[in-house]
Amino acid sequence: MTTPTSTPPASLDVDALLRDAQIIVCCGAGGVGKTTTAAALGVRAAEQGRSVCVLTIDPARRLAQSMGLTELDNTPRAVSGIDTSAGGRLDAMMLDMKRTFDDIVVAHSDEARAKAILANPFYVSLSSSFAGTQEYMAMEKLGQLKAKGTWDLIVVDTPPSRSALDFLDAPQRLGRFLDGRMIRLLTAPARAGGRAYLKVFAVGVKMFTDVLNRLLGAQALRDLSLFVTSLETMFGGFRERADQTYKLLKERGTSFLVVAVPERDALREAAYFVERLETERMPLAGVVLNRVHMSGAPALSVERSIAAAETLEGDGDEAYAAAALRVHADRLASAIRDARRASQFHAAHPRVRMAEVTAQASDVHDLEGLRRIGAELAAETPTAA
Amino acid sequence: MADFPAVKLHVVSGKGGTGKTTVAAGLALALAAGGRQVLLTEVEARQGIAQLFDAPPLPYEERRVAVARGGGEVYALAIDPEQALLEYLEQFYNLRRAGSMLKRLGAIDFATTIAPGLRDVLLTGKVMEAATRERRGGGRIYDAVVLDAPPTGRIAKFLNVNTEVAALTKMGPVRNQANSVMTLLQSAKTAVHLVTMLEEMPVQETVDGIAELIATGLRPGAVIVNMMREPLMPDDSVADTAAGKVDTDEIARGLKAASLDGDPATVSALAAELSDHARRVMLERQELATLSALDRPMYELPYIADATELSGLQEIADRLQSAGMV
Repeated sequence: MTTPTSTPPASLDVDALLRDAQIIVCCGAGGVGKTTTAAALGVRAAEQGRSVCVLTIDPARRLAQSMGLTELDNTPRAVSGIDTSAGGRLDAMMLDMKRTFDDIVVAHSDEARAKAILANPFYVSLSSSFAGTQEYMAMEKLGQLKAKGTWDLIVVDTPPSRSALDFLDAPQRLGRFLDGRMIRLLTAPARAGGRAYLKVFAVGVKMFTDVLNRLLGAQALRDLSLFVTSLETMFGGFRERADQTYKLLKERGTSFLVVAVPERDALREAAYFVERLETERMPLAGVVLNRVHMSGAPALSVERSIAAAETLEGDGDEAYAAAALRVHADRLASAIRDARRASQFHAAHPRVRMAEVTAQASDVHDLEGLRRIGAELAAETPTAA
Repeated sequence: MADFPAVKLHVVSGKGGTGKTTVAAGLALALAAGGRQVLLTEVEARQGIAQLFDAPPLPYEERRVAVARGGGEVYALAIDPEQALLEYLEQFYNLRRAGSMLKRLGAIDFATTIAPGLRDVLLTGKVMEAATRERRGGGRIYDAVVLDAPPTGRIAKFLNVNTEVAALTKMGPVRNQANSVMTLLQSAKTAVHLVTMLEEMPVQETVDGIAELIATGLRPGAVIVNMMREPLMPDDSVADTAAGKVDTDEIARGLKAASLDGDPATVSALAAELSDHARRVMLERQELATLSALDRPMYELPYIADATELSGLQEIADRLQSAGMV
């Protein structure tokens, strides 16, 4: 299929990427098909002989089912139905962020203490709803999977953040929060050195605890104080952990794929992301553009199609052909708009390689569909059916 | 006749990308028509309302953003949990000085971030305050309040403040506040509307969302189907064409009749496009049937190219009104 494009962007060699990378991070705005892209890459790499693990965050139910992800047990499971004749395999898992957090707690404290922390309402809130916990835990899990050394390639899908950039910032934001002023203040009495230090902050702490006592009662205050002291003892290294995962992302063998669709907001996000990765010196493999409209008859212009449809609509017998022309005009107009947006993006980021996937008539939710997308990503000429 | 005459608080949710903010704004305009005062609120720090009405970022203050047909007014407020907590401390405990000191220490940020459920109680509590104002109290009195709420996947949890706060505290003022918020949200004065599109994931989330709302004791309101497109082909040929039985002869004949070059490649390209379109129409019908089976009042909004312009919002308002929602 062809579509008019003024400057065709340099194409991304997806198969080379799948052969060489050790970690591929798929990022981009919400709703652009990140999970589907990650899954399609995983299937293709596995069928080309690599041992692959796909870490997904929040897959659509039927896509998850197609990969056998029916239970949330936070452990990679083999995906059945993969062609393993080339010697590869595919495992997949869905991130359970709370459980990943719980595991850190258990690993870093004795049994009694862990039990108390896990039941603490402030901890429950932090581990299940703090903006950034999901991003942080995704990176934590990626680090754990990598450390196992079981897989040649790990493909990770990033959380559906409000902004694509959240995923780079969140680990540090969480680290900063846990390392923050209020936490230091609340833990100050436990580690205060000089009296002056204690005196200055004691006023603030007392005020805080008084207000809290009035609003929430004594139990909440006890819960908070337990939470804060456990932070002190076991999450001291939080920032350090955040730094470690951050380093992992910069290592050789890690590649970022920015996923987008040819719409203004998604492309703007993609542009931010591309620029940000450059600033952070993170290795960008390229941009995957999903849901690109294509037309098989670009020579039959939108205007001529509409004019012809109008002529035919006057004649009752030609309603079917008129509909075909209307549909074609609509599709070609979308294709032209998409191609223009893609080439505008390319003009602004000339060195960024791109791969395109055509808009599918329906959502993909089986391995066959994922294979098709994988083949398209690798710019394989579709074999005639 | 309005379908929700007793409702004072309209909560509007929807999956990301379905246009919930636009629909919430359209609903606010419709409710304001004929001289009524309506407050449109948002709680996610996105400044979506300001962008929609082409206004500078909204402060924590009720600002007029639009005038409705017949002289009504739409005010807007972006609710911020920190500000709401400070206001709360000030109003109920006269803790103004303590509040500003706590803010400097980062304690307000800390509390609204980490205390389970506190953030949501503060946000919904402020909405409740606006929806239940009485003559002698301070502040503008509204005929209706529209909340541009968090997305469908989180809506039941967001509104279920009672349970959320229960983990934090069993007594005290925050607990009481949660109770009164919950009473309003579960009453006939509140309806939770869900915005969707005719695609698989948004429809599935709508189905799940309604079940969750009911399980939480909340009242699902309307289902609003946004961005609908008319089929471009004759009804009776959709099923066959979708199944791949495209009448290529008829397309070739039509191209010829319109004196276009109907070479086989062009004909088969057009046939493939028509078949894709027919499959899409079939899928949309299936999703529409799924939504109809929910048995909620349902309103359909067409795809509007300039939906985010004031004229587009007015069109949404007019359509919701003529469909009987308000």
